[in-house]
Amino acid sequence: MKGNYGWGLPVAASTFAGPIDFGIKLIHAAMFAIFILWAIFFAYLLLRYRRREGRSAQAGYESPLKSLIPDFFVLVFEIALIVFYAIPNWHRIKIAGPSPDTALVVELVAEQFAWNFQYPGPDGKFGRRDVQFIEPANPIGLDPQDPAGKDDITTVNELHVPLGKPTILNMSSKDVIHSFFVPEFRVKQDIVPGMKISLWFEPTLAGRFEIGCAQLCGVAHSMMRGDAYVHTPSEYEAWLKAQSGQAPATTAANAATGNSNGSSTF
Amino acid sequence: MAVPHSEPRSSEHGSGFIDKYVFSVDHKVIGLQYFFTSCFFLIVGFAMIMLLRWQLAFPGQPLPLIGRLLPMTWAPDGILMPEFYNQLGAMHGTIMVFLGIVPLGVGAFGNYILPLQIGAPDMAFPRLNMMSYWLYLPGGMLMLLSFVLPGGAAQSGWTSYAPLAIVNPGQTVWLLAMVVIITSSLLGAVNFIVTTLNMRAAGLTLGRLPIFVWAQLVTAILLLLAFPPLEAAAVLQLMDRIAGTSFYLPAGLVVAGESLKVAGGGQPLLWQHLFWFLAHPEVYVLILPSMGIVAEIIANGTRKPIFGYTEIVASMIFIGAMSFIVWAHHMFLSGMSPRLSNFFLVTTMIISVPSVAVLTCLVWSLKGGSIRFTTPMLFSLAFLPLFGIGGLTGLPLGLTVTDIYLHDTYYVIGHFHYVVVTGTIIALMGGTYYWFPKWFGKQLNDFWGKIHFWGTAICMNGIFFPMFIQGLAGVQRRLYDPTAQLHNLSTQPLNVVSSVSAWLLFLFQIPFLVNIVYTIFKGKRCEENPWRATTLEWACASPPPHGNFERPPRVYRGPYEYSTPRAREDWTPQHVPS
Ligand code: HEM
Ligand SMILES: [Cu+2]
Ligand SMILES: [Cu+2]
Repeated sequence: MKGNYGWGLPVAASTFAGPIDFGIKLIHAAMFAIFILWAIFFAYLLLRYRRREGRSAQAGYESPLKSLIPDFFVLVFEIALIVFYAIPNWHRIKIAGPSPDTALVVELVAEQFAWNFQYPGPDGKFGRRDVQFIEPANPIGLDPQDPAGKDDITTVNELHVPLGKPTILNMSSKDVIHSFFVPEFRVKQDIVPGMKISLWFEPTLAGRFEIGCAQLCGVAHSMMRGDAYVHTPSEYEAWLKAQSGQAPATTAANAATGNSNGSSTF
Repeated sequence: MAVPHSEPRSSEHGSGFIDKYVFSVDHKVIGLQYFFTSCFFLIVGFAMIMLLRWQLAFPGQPLPLIGRLLPMTWAPDGILMPEFYNQLGAMHGTIMVFLGIVPLGVGAFGNYILPLQIGAPDMAFPRLNMMSYWLYLPGGMLMLLSFVLPGGAAQSGWTSYAPLAIVNPGQTVWLLAMVVIITSSLLGAVNFIVTTLNMRAAGLTLGRLPIFVWAQLVTAILLLLAFPPLEAAAVLQLMDRIAGTSFYLPAGLVVAGESLKVAGGGQPLLWQHLFWFLAHPEVYVLILPSMGIVAEIIANGTRKPIFGYTEIVASMIFIGAMSFIVWAHHMFLSGMSPRLSNFFLVTTMIISVPSVAVLTCLVWSLKGGSIRFTTPMLFSLAFLPLFGIGGLTGLPLGLTVTDIYLHDTYYVIGHFHYVVVTGTIIALMGGTYYWFPKWFGKQLNDFWGKIHFWGTAICMNGIFFPMFIQGLAGVQRRLYDPTAQLHNLSTQPLNVVSSVSAWLLFLFQIPFLVNIVYTIFKGKRCEENPWRATTLEWACASPPPHGNFERPPRVYRGPYEYSTPRAREDWTPQHVPS
């Protein structure tokens, strides 16, 4: 896994890497070219027009029209980037997204300083969650009464997803803002308490990747890490089976009753 | 229209030490008070980051030498606590922006130079001016004091995002101090606007204003319009902390295992919108005065008029106006509607065009010049490519798609420090060398100035360039322990480069500080106008007496009449009749 990282962009492991890396490389190439050309011109000016005996400055106010040439090129380059690059790719990545029918859907509950994942289990239904059920053994507040939750799988700091299929993460936070970041997937999204925010990605590489938090969330922000495992479909099925054998994280003993007054978005 | 004025307004100026140097109403004294105070805060903010950079370079290792002197609650056995680390980070940002750069660029340079450049005897409201300073100083002191108050200093980033800022210790004093500091800035802004519009010398039309004055005017308008929302937002956050309201808090939060008992109904994103509504214009507040300084120095050091005066002024005004509708480019990934991002993407790309225009005009200004490589010129020339790097690297951050990867990484830290450090600070240092003879009638030592320049320019790049590489490798910002995550390990050696450069940068400031102190006390008097400059601040004595000009000056021409054909000298001052 350490081999994924060097001094440049990390290994690319999702379908987003295509457009995002393309953009980053293109812009850096352009920046580099602009800067070099510009620096040569700058150095030339400094040398050519340095103070010399017997030559005074030429006072002419030249027409500023000529100076608009760089602005014009910048404008054209930026319009092209906006129209052909940013808007369509942003739409694909952050607005459109796959349908939940064809994707794996996982719930993510972030907290100081852990990533809790909830899988629906064999019944395909997520158990209800509510803040009133939250306690150390039940960090996401799974409702012990809800039959849909009986077979749910919960993991902490471990996300398991299959290859060749998009994953949708429905994310919420218990306390403060966190940001889900997997460098290899080129995904990042803030998770805001009180909101339910979705994120999707489609892995292109099996292996173990790093989940980091990208938003200051308290004293252990830098320690808030997890692992994203991308399995081949058969491995993934095997993992699911092994997990379903175990009891879900909720223990029946804590079956508190009473009306929920928690927020609906949690 | 410029209003001629015959009587100095601040005639109640006293003669005792207290009236003259402490509670002074003279814009020059207030300017210098701002200068020394903001330099003090810059050094404090820099010291904080030097401490923090130890932890980044050598995580978990005890700080040598000074480590043992720090209190147990900060650094037991010399090892920085994460709470203290976060306090250093948050307070570095806050102090640098609100107590360092803005008071230096506006409070010091603006206060001292602007009235002189428009030929005024003082600011329009001298007492208000004094009050700005006397709010700024206690506000800043309160901010510093918070380190030793129970709960410590703020530790939720200078951005103070809710709900973290509401549940974290230290924030209350930060909010109170901010309210005081903002009030100070607002009073200053009103004063600058009125002074520029009403107190110009006869003949000094808007089209003849030096670019520095234009930059200050636009800056003051930005401060006046952008700060009130943050002041209100800060009061709301204060209420959330101390009065149990929940403007920024939704219901159902569970913090550290405890259910938070608040009514809910609030929105964390509301804070971000209000914060960035100020903080984006604020970055132009940080940079515009510096652009003004660079323009003045370049005109003087090339001995020719600035190229594209109108274009620069128009660009600055356009930047100012646009800066109010780009704020949410800081929030592409905040959870606000992704559809909204497209709007802010477009405005962000638009605002980059006038910035390019200003930079291009400044570079074109070199053409045909007779360039003198004086110390202030070296700083101003270095501003051009280095600020250019800061501007260019804003491009992948402003584009929504590439920002997904780069947001909240060290790339961002690199980008804005190229703007505010190798841009703003470099220009402010240049300005100090340039106007020092005005302030004290003495010139800073040129040899040590050049040592200072080269050391500073090289070290700054050593600090901030590696951050781009780290950002591309995915290293997040605000990490207490960068080695706690695998993807941050490969670039860890760069943290050492960065930190060592930061400490070297500090060493290179020593000649600068010694130069200032030595010259003030031991320097020899220099000519009244050592740079042979054309603008009005040089039409009075150096340093100017109380009331500035012997007679109200009259202006006959534009600000940069250098090397005018058929003129006797290569400079024709604005106030000399033809
Ligand atoms: C010249 C010396 C400077 C150095 C070495 C320096 C270094 C740094 C570093 C390493 C960080 C990142 C801290 C982290 O990741 O937690 C940082 C953050 C920051 N710096 Fe500086 N900086 C300098 C000057 C400035 C100046 C002049 C300004 C403003 C005008 C400034 C504004 C900020 C801000 C706003 C942050 C973000 C703070 C936060 O995360 O809340 N810095 N600086
Ligand atoms: Cu975090
Ligand atoms: Cu901005």
